[in-house]
Amino acid sequence: MSVESDGNQQTFGRGTAAGVEAARPASGSAYPVIATRNLSLTFETDDGPVYALSKVDLSIHKGEFVSLIGPSGCGKTTLLRVIADLEQATSGDIEVNGVPPQVARTRRDYGYVFQAPALYPWRTVIGNVMLPLEIIGLPRAERHERARAQLALVNLTGFEKKFPWQLSGGMQQRASIARALSFDPELLLMDEPFGALDEIVRDKLNGQLLKLWAETRKTVVFVTHSIPEAVFLSTRIVVMSPRPGRIIDVVDCDLPADRTLDMRESPEFLKIAHRVREGLRAGHSYDD
Amino acid sequence: MTTEATSNGRRPGAGPADRLGRRLARVTGGRAIPIATVVIVLIVVWYLAAIVMNAGVVMTLAGDNVKFGFTDFVAATWSQERPPLPVPHQILIEMRKTILDVAVTSKRSLVYHAEVTLSTTLLGFLIGSLTGILLAVAIVHLKALQKALMPWIIASQTVPILAVAPIVVVVLGNIGITGTLPKALISAYLCFFPVTISMVKGLTSPDPMLVDLMRTYYASPNQTFWKLRWPAAVPFLFTSLKVAVAISLVGAIVAELPTGAQAGLGARLLAGSYYGQTIQIWAALFTAAALAALLVAAVGLAEVVTVRGMGGRR
Repeated sequence: MSVESDGNQQTFGRGTAAGVEAARPASGSAYPVIATRNLSLTFETDDGPVYALSKVDLSIHKGEFVSLIGPSGCGKTTLLRVIADLEQATSGDIEVNGVPPQVARTRRDYGYVFQAPALYPWRTVIGNVMLPLEIIGLPRAERHERARAQLALVNLTGFEKKFPWQLSGGMQQRASIARALSFDPELLLMDEPFGALDEIVRDKLNGQLLKLWAETRKTVVFVTHSIPEAVFLSTRIVVMSPRPGRIIDVVDCDLPADRTLDMRESPEFLKIAHRVREGLRAGHSYDD
Repeated sequence: MTTEATSNGRRPGAGPADRLGRRLARVTGGRAIPIATVVIVLIVVWYLAAIVMNAGVVMTLAGDNVKFGFTDFVAATWSQERPPLPVPHQILIEMRKTILDVAVTSKRSLVYHAEVTLSTTLLGFLIGSLTGILLAVAIVHLKALQKALMPWIIASQTVPILAVAPIVVVVLGNIGITGTLPKALISAYLCFFPVTISMVKGLTSPDPMLVDLMRTYYASPNQTFWKLRWPAAVPFLFTSLKVAVAISLVGAIVAELPTGAQAGLGARLLAGSYYGQTIQIWAALFTAAALAALLVAAVGLAEVVTVRGMGGRR
């Protein structure tokens, strides 16, 4: 039996509008959490080299919510994977929290959320959230305490003992976000986390992700190919283009902090969305 | 409104007989009628075949002077002492005699022989599945081993076990190892194979995303194995164990044939064929089949219990 999600369950956090405003940091005031210079990555395939990333220069500062947007094959996921040390750059420099990604990974500096919930089917919800804590080697009592707190933050209290298949898609993805945050990393890397969900659930989760971000003050790097999602969530939007994968525009997204779904019709919102769309179109003109 | 009422209310005619029928359907997976049909057809064909196959013996024994009525003739073909093809009821009577009526310590008891074969089977199954799992773990962790070991593992299964069995027994006998162990090793030699093949697949079955997840946690290879690869392989393990336990039994019986074993279902088969005791052969065969079914069912039960503890739906 699958538990259907409704509006109340689909809540991430309980942050108030005022709390959201207070949490929004002044962009660029802190040290860079991620800094890349001339970063390139080439995959050697049987059909010749594929230029996944080409000369990427990007700095992301503490507390920012940065979206990487672009069509398939533009290298946005690859860039996220290089930050996470799941891929290694061919040339150029990259630092995460002031150290190479390999070191950042061994320090467990980031939590990673995949496109699919990637929950272990043989573990309960709380068992999944405790997985990284087991690997880190926390004592049993603390694992439980932390996992419960994280599940409360994504409003999954009461579902601890359920198995993943008993949850709806949106709830599974919330559990996977709770898992990524369970060991309290400063940096949250999200690879199209809501890409597989229907638009209504996705809208709700977007709203609640904003609140969660305001409450936890994490730095977020968020991969998406949805323009409204990027504009709604981000403080900055990095527009990328394929063949070779590169950055073609960086758009500051200075909408007020207490964003609502209704804002999507406001002129400010549409202006930013328009600039992002222009950027994506310019990138595509290189095709054919 | 009407549809709602029907779906909420009790189904009409849900009596005890109906419930029993549904329970039967659940146990057999709704295949009770097809299975029963096949069994009945097989039995009918069997009895008919016995008339044809045993006719010669009946006539030879009776001599030329005796004239049979049709029913007498058929009855005679179904009640020979050493018929080329014994009929099911003869086999069942022999089984009742040798399983229930004879003391279990007697050399004529099928329980005694089955117990000997069973102990060989279980030891061989244990050695074989452990070897199979260890080989799979080695192959998954050392890519070089896959290329080095796989051809040998596959070649090992093309060796005729009947030819190898006496060699194993003689060699081990020379270094003082006799009894159950040499037979169990032959059984293990047959049954490790499906476990290895299946476990290699099972241990490499986790989605790359789940493996990446372990990387982001900076999990050690040990942690990745025990928290990801092993649980992911459990369904594969049980599937292969069900095959392996049946093969172990075959291996144990085969091992009893050429080793001059005095006890065991294989020895019983051999003795039966020496002395033309066809009913005895078939009784041993049926006992072996029942034993195999029990063993597979036991592994299946272990699977159900384990899977229930691992989330129930896979």
